Amino acid sequence: MSLATRHASWSVGGRQVVHDVTLDVTPGTTLGLLGPNGSGKSSLLRLLAGVRKPASGRVLLDGADLHGMRRRDVARRIAVVEQHAQTELDLTVSDVVKLGRIPHRSTWAAEDSDDRAAVAEALARVELTDLADRSWHTLSGGERQRVHIARALAQAPQELLLDEPTNHLDVHHQLDLLGLVRRLPVTSVVALHDLNLAAMFCDQLVVLSAGAVVAIGAPSEVLTPDLIAEVYRVHAVVTPDGPGGVPAVRFLPGAA
Amino acid sequence: MGLAALTLSVAVAITIGPAQVSVRDVFGVVAQHLGWGDAGVSRIRDGIVWELRLPRTLLAAVCGAGLAICGAIMQSLLRNPLADPFVLGISSGASTGAVLVVILGVGGGVISLSAGAFLGAVVAFTMVLLLAAGAGGTPDRVVLAGVAATQLFSALTSFIVTSSADAEQTRGVLFWLLGSLSGAGWTDVITCGIVCGVGLVVCIALAPALDAFAFGEDAAASLGISVRWVRLVLLVVTALITATLVSAAGAIGFVGLVLPHAARAVVGPGHRLLLPATALIGAIFLVWVDTVARTVFSPQELPVGVVTALVGVPAFAVILSRRRRPV
Repeated sequence: MSLATRHASWSVGGRQVVHDVTLDVTPGTTLGLLGPNGSGKSSLLRLLAGVRKPASGRVLLDGADLHGMRRRDVARRIAVVEQHAQTELDLTVSDVVKLGRIPHRSTWAAEDSDDRAAVAEALARVELTDLADRSWHTLSGGERQRVHIARALAQAPQELLLDEPTNHLDVHHQLDLLGLVRRLPVTSVVALHDLNLAAMFCDQLVVLSAGAVVAIGAPSEVLTPDLIAEVYRVHAVVTPDGPGGVPAVRFLPGAA
Repeated sequence: MGLAALTLSVAVAITIGPAQVSVRDVFGVVAQHLGWGDAGVSRIRDGIVWELRLPRTLLAAVCGAGLAICGAIMQSLLRNPLADPFVLGISSGASTGAVLVVILGVGGGVISLSAGAFLGAVVAFTMVLLLAAGAGGTPDRVVLAGVAATQLFSALTSFIVTSSADAEQTRGVLFWLLGSLSGAGWTDVITCGIVCGVGLVVCIALAPALDAFAFGEDAAASLGISVRWVRLVLLVVTALITATLVSAAGAIGFVGLVLPHAARAVVGPGHRLLLPATALIGAIFLVWVDTVARTVFSPQELPVGVVTALVGVPAFAVILSRRRRPV
């Protein structure tokens, strides 16, 4: 078992942002969260991360209520890569990655060889070893995302949650980054805007509209012209057996 | 090395002033008072060192350390390089509280000046956080709310002083409001020393949590930090330190704002090193600033807050302009 929700809802300012969501993340797979802007993807990820508490319903990790667990224990299991995570501080790449070791260290302990090994391995995995001493503020958008993934990996998680990690990246870096996520030995949940990328890199898709789940299943089951018209309000042609055996989506001009 | 530099700064700063005292005399007097034999220093010099200059210089060191730590904590916690107790109106709130007690006799002698300052600090800080949260809670809103609080509490303080104080009280209060270490005694040194010392230990214990705030509160929470608890503890500690220091030495501005940046430039952003380094640099800085304040126009004395502001405002401008670098 891995992450799951049971009738989870969450509201802010009297508006229900996540509405009665029930889903199971299969261990070792990549789950894509789809939906238009404001459909509740980021909020659902925050619930799954345990950073927000559901107003009703439950979030489960291995069957146990996430909010009954200690924050530090949650952080050793689940790592999060946020959208637009910025800092004012003058940190180096390895400073950022080291943050991932915080849940593994006791209050007064200094950094030990395990910490250093985890940081080095995480940097190697995202191929940023050469940039370890570079300042965060000199990095490109794609490099920053990879640094955050390295930080998340240094947490040694079994679950990795990513909120639109391909935003503002060029096509090459989008493919690169999702390929990397896909190869990691973790269960991942990724919020995405690009339906084709979702079809290429995800085992399962969950489509949200106005906070509620409107479709759930394999990309070939979920990505249909009808669903795309209903949820995204655009016409599309879907080639069910596109390149690589996954559906390919081509949008048509004009609103649905 | 830093501690040695601080000890030496304190010892040398004590020798500077109208009465001739040597560094040897200083150590001799201290040794004598600690019961390590007779240094053979004249009674007048002994008085100058032990009763006047030593407590004053030590209080300068403690105030510098405490204010600098508060600044470092607030900058990290609020993710704002411009945060410090002075900018966020906490010092002004503490001043108002203290003035209420001293001039109006609020509390009928039961509430001490320090307690008044503490309550003022807490009220001001709560107001700033509520205002900022109501306005969206972004870092720039926190600073705007702080500016508003500073204005409000300064106005209240001026109102109380001009409407109720006699000429002598006014002179004394104004001097104190600008920040002054001239009334320093051993009681102040010990109280402030204990509060700042305990505060520093608490903050260093929370150093990993402060590191985790680098990318914001959600990021900190996902790194296993109990954000609310850590924020509450640290805000109470900074309010307590600020209030204690203001009640002893008035509102000394800009130490908390500028020195954490200097410390970051030296030891980097990791809080385990940054906090002790900030405390040391703050202590050494204020020892020298106070020495300048009390000697440069001798026998006239400048409020130490005037000197820190004269140094701090240009530094503030530099930080502001550096923030505009393209991301």
